Amino acid sequence: MKARVTVMPKSGVLDPQGKAIGHALASLGFAGVGEVRAGKVIELELAETDPARAKETAEEMARRLLANTVIESFCVELV
Amino acid sequence: MRVEGGMRAGVVVFPGTNRERDMMIALERATGRRPEVLWHRETALPAGIDLVVLCGGFSYGDYLRCGAIAARSPIMRPIAEHAARGGLILGVCNGFQILCEAGLLPGALLRNAGMRFLSMECRMRVERTDTPFTAHYQRGQVIRAPMAHGDGNYFADAATLDRLEGEGRIAFRYVDATGAATGAAALNGAARNIAGIYSENLRVLGLMPHPEDLVDPLMGGTDGLPLFESLAAA
Repeated sequence: MKARVTVMPKSGVLDPQGKAIGHALASLGFAGVGEVRAGKVIELELAETDPARAKETAEEMARRLLANTVIESFCVELV
Repeated sequence: MRVEGGMRAGVVVFPGTNRERDMMIALERATGRRPEVLWHRETALPAGIDLVVLCGGFSYGDYLRCGAIAARSPIMRPIAEHAARGGLILGVCNGFQILCEAGLLPGALLRNAGMRFLSMECRMRVERTDTPFTAHYQRGQVIRAPMAHGDGNYFADAATLDRLEGEGRIAFRYVDATGAATGAAALNGAARNIAGIYSENLRVLGLMPHPEDLVDPLMGGTDGLPLFESLAAA
């Protein structure tokens, strides 16, 4: 079973990387781009076959390592 | 009473740590004793270690987040126990990031606000001198320190920042030449100009600048030496 963990900077946490991407898009001529936020996606191959347990395990992994919940939020989906 | 030979320090080395030699020179100069080198896979600290030091560098290539992987490595368990016993811990630069990631200090270090890696000298103000790290400084003293980091923008929520200030846990603030903590002096964007913070019991210090790189006139100054002399006398 595969889990996809999406980690994003919390709202209110400065995201200079997102800002830089936004500026680069503007210099390419893309108009109308508002705020840009950059995060990361982590895919996990899990041996667990029960979807509920797999999701729970991936969430525990996110809390303990994959995300720093001081500055980041995360969501887990099974894919 | 400590035996002759001074404080026993242990310097932790993770894959990608690169400032341990400078740190060992500074520690040996102040304590008169060569620190022990502790490998990250160790599951116990050598008996009698007074001070654990986490140095600068790019542990695990800064993968995932700066300090994130190092903070979960085997040696961090005995280091957390050392902290719980009231042991002394110093974390500089990547070491500060590791202490935050490990939950031994609050908050986190974000990418510098200007996105640039900053390799330059900064000034910081010593906020209090009644700690094991700063007894040999004057209160309010402005000291020079080299800094070299891409992720030094200290962040914590407003309640945590208020608590740190209220409990006197801000060790050093970035300041200008006159000693004023202006917005412009926090080159990396750090909240409330925070360059370094203490744990609740004032026995754990994390800071971004490198006092170990200013401990000899040959390095251009000795502003960092009192920190190590304070520790040696602690």
